[in-house]
Amino acid sequence: MIETTAKTTLTVNGKQRVVDADPRTPLLWVLRDHLDLTGTKYGCGIGQCGACTVILEGDAVRSCQVLLSRAAGKQITTIEGLSNDRSHPVQQAWLMEQVPQCGYCQSGQIIATAVLLSSNRNPSDAEIDDALSGNICRCGTYHRIRRAVHRAAEIARSR
Amino acid sequence: MGWTKYPCRVAIVIVASGLGFSSICNSGGRASAQSPDHERSLRAFSIVASVLTSPRCMNCHIAGDSPLQGDSSLVHTMNVKRGPDGRGTPAMRCTNCHQDENSQQPHGPPGRPDWRLPPPDKRMAWQGLNIRDLCRTLRDPAMNGGRSTAQLIEHVRQDRLVNWGWDPGLGRSVPPISHDAFVAHFIEWVQSGAACPEDSQK
Repeated sequence: MIETTAKTTLTVNGKQRVVDADPRTPLLWVLRDHLDLTGTKYGCGIGQCGACTVILEGDAVRSCQVLLSRAAGKQITTIEGLSNDRSHPVQQAWLMEQVPQCGYCQSGQIIATAVLLSSNRNPSDAEIDDALSGNICRCGTYHRIRRAVHRAAEIARSR
Repeated sequence: MGWTKYPCRVAIVIVASGLGFSSICNSGGRASAQSPDHERSLRAFSIVASVLTSPRCMNCHIAGDSPLQGDSSLVHTMNVKRGPDGRGTPAMRCTNCHQDENSQQPHGPPGRPDWRLPPPDKRMAWQGLNIRDLCRTLRDPAMNGGRSTAQLIEHVRQDRLVNWGWDPGLGRSVPPISHDAFVAHFIEWVQSGAACPEDSQK
């Protein structure tokens, strides 16, 4: 397959960025290799694990599956853009509950949680399971993740 | 005039014609069991049903809220749910993974624009139905998304997700006949009266 690059404009973490890449490049590699935003992780590469989750226009998309052409002109938020001082309720809750073990999946878990809380300020255990079942944690920190989601919701409601 | 010599015959013909017309009207314009089209319609539907019951259709026309996946029709991994609009739940929207086109990687997600399930208020659920009930569900606007038979033809001919069934990506089988043949048999089923098997033909 012949690669053809083109200039594509994205808004990443509130800043407009222009990348020169093949429009069929997965967004994950644009973020990591072109924009040096390495907080978003490569896990499986086939949309099965959730490690690469970022926010695209409010949705928790798997950036390994999203082509650059889909992201053109759109608003993207990565783990680096959730806040610049760790003040986002989900970041606060993750610190309080000491959620991560190895940490590899956690940026995806945190991003997915932020999307859940943007539409549901008081999710039940079942709703948390529905929202986060696509984010796999091989360390098995699910009990702490669920606790942290509830805590993040409390923090968000108190603000 | 000849007909005035046989007024009773004329009356019988008119009454008989009226009964026939009444019979067609009462069946909603469908072929009756006595119609020569009836058997042709049933044969056409049996071919249509071979497509509708393939995994490419059935994996999304589900009875519950969890879609199926693959040729084995296993429950979709990741606890995927239908959601309030058929497009998933918060942070687990269908298009979070399913893109506008199929993934080119083995085991990657298939894709078409606006990947979704039927919405919860128009489930169009076929899973577990026998061929008679599948036929009736398909034909009934209350259970087929409010479509007339003409709209059903357009749906099977043009809908992007229907057409995806014949371009499902790596590792997925296609329905047993071509899309063109499917549409042709679907049209034949409709034009011959959209007959459904009777109770004795489950």
